[in-house]
Amino acid sequence: MPSDLRQHGYNPWLPFKTLLFKEVRRFFRVVSQTVVTPIITASLYLFIFGATLGERISVLEGFNYAQFVVPGLILMGVINNSFSNCASSLFMSRYLGNIVDLLVTPVTPPQFIMAYTLAAMIRGLMVGTIVCLVSLFFAQLPWAHPFAVIGMAALTSFLFAQLGLLAAIYSNSFDSLSMFTNFLILPLIYLGGVFYPISLLPYPWSTLSHLNPIFYLIDGFRHALIGVGDLPLWLSFTVAGGMSLAAFTWAAILIGKGYRLRN
Amino acid sequence: MQKPALTISHLAKSYGSTDAVKSISFEIETGEIFGLLGPNGAGKSTTINMISGVTRIDSGAVEVFGYDNQTDYRMTRCLCGVMHQEIVIDNFFTIDKALRLHAGYYGVADDPEWRNMLIDRLGLREHLHKVMLKLSGGLKRRFMIAKALIHKPKLLILDEPTAGVDVELRLTLWDFVREINRQGTTVLLTTHYLEEAEQMCNRVAIMNHGQLVALDTTVALLKKLGSRMVTTHLATPLQDLPPELKSFKPRLKNGGNDITFSLTENQTSVDLLDTVRGLDIAVTDVETRQSNLEDIFLRLTGSNDKERTNAL
Repeated sequence: MPSDLRQHGYNPWLPFKTLLFKEVRRFFRVVSQTVVTPIITASLYLFIFGATLGERISVLEGFNYAQFVVPGLILMGVINNSFSNCASSLFMSRYLGNIVDLLVTPVTPPQFIMAYTLAAMIRGLMVGTIVCLVSLFFAQLPWAHPFAVIGMAALTSFLFAQLGLLAAIYSNSFDSLSMFTNFLILPLIYLGGVFYPISLLPYPWSTLSHLNPIFYLIDGFRHALIGVGDLPLWLSFTVAGGMSLAAFTWAAILIGKGYRLRN
Repeated sequence: MQKPALTISHLAKSYGSTDAVKSISFEIETGEIFGLLGPNGAGKSTTINMISGVTRIDSGAVEVFGYDNQTDYRMTRCLCGVMHQEIVIDNFFTIDKALRLHAGYYGVADDPEWRNMLIDRLGLREHLHKVMLKLSGGLKRRFMIAKALIHKPKLLILDEPTAGVDVELRLTLWDFVREINRQGTTVLLTTHYLEEAEQMCNRVAIMNHGQLVALDTTVALLKKLGSRMVTTHLATPLQDLPPELKSFKPRLKNGGNDITFSLTENQTSVDLLDTVRGLDIAVTDVETRQSNLEDIFLRLTGSNDKERTNAL
């Protein structure tokens, strides 16, 4: 940090901490929308598949359906909330014009990305954790690889925070923003093996499902949680890590250039 | 020697085929109140946005107290406080919370004494814990000024601070800006109220079509480009202006009931009235006044083209 800045009383971490604090405060101010609603949705799924249908369906030997579906539901909460926190916050700032409040400040592009990302991860992982706690009423989870569970949840959250930033930057309207959720993320989640094992699908759908990036995340998370998956854990982590790196680089380049943020 | 508060060198910006700002250069000395004037679309806000970092610069350079706003952007942004033309607020927070957050974005610790001074001087105290949505337009403007000053900038940039603001608040705001300036803050402002610019600014620059068309002290501009205006109210409306009046730069106004003349230094009101009487034009009343910044502005920016069509 240049000495002139220090003389000015500038604390290099403060812009980042303030932006992170503001982003976390933002979703807590509307906690019923941002945290309670996704937990209720996930709880309904848990009730339907855990307490009612769960006992009559078996898709994986040695596990009941609730045990199979819970990892996917947890990760679905992480994905949706990490994505929508970044997407809605940044898009609203662009839409309402108050993004200029940040653009005129010394917040650097890396601080900008990391503050938005961490806030999204806090929300995503918080929702995931609560869904996980609620799921204890419906299924017993073996926690086969606990560190891998945390790692995959964090990596997924990070990845979807980046995708949320990208969606907010590329969207021109609320419609186009919701298209990312409704026509891309939601179908990929549902087709990514939340409710069924991909190996049960007939050819060519089982093969095509391997092109769905969310499949690697869900399968990896389930594998870490219950100890069984369609893919080896290292492959899921490699794909998740690669996608995260690519999305982060993409978002960093756009935000660094001020693409669609600065005129 | 003290570095200028702001140095702009060959600054340019285009949007597609439209040149919003065409290679302008000027300096603002430390401690000045500098007015950047121009009609809508002249390039004032684009210039301000390039200084503050909201808009990317196509070419040229901006230095704030000697620091380049591209390479030393953290420093220049710490030194600048910007109030934008549009009301931009974050509806999630109260005034108090938003001011604290804004200080944090600038990397400076919250100074309660300074924050409270801004709150009191701008009349925000009783609205401190209201969310932004509940504030009136005037209060939002006051809040935006407090926000621009919360990190104690050395250069305060105000883009149309009094647009849509009532007279009382306008006077309060300008008093406050003068006070801040007396305390050592350099001020760059744009306004559509040219009378205010005349009263407030040590120097003014007038922009039109992305270019600087005038830059001088307010006094020098009035002396150099100003003139004496004489308005004659006629007993009988005129359809056309007699060619004998051409040297007095006449304009027919008010449906031919008035003629406004713009006199040069060598012409006197007596010369003018003698000429008018000699043409048998019956005059019922005469008004004279020295031209102001608004007249110069209209002349330089061509904003009175409509009137000019009536002139000889």
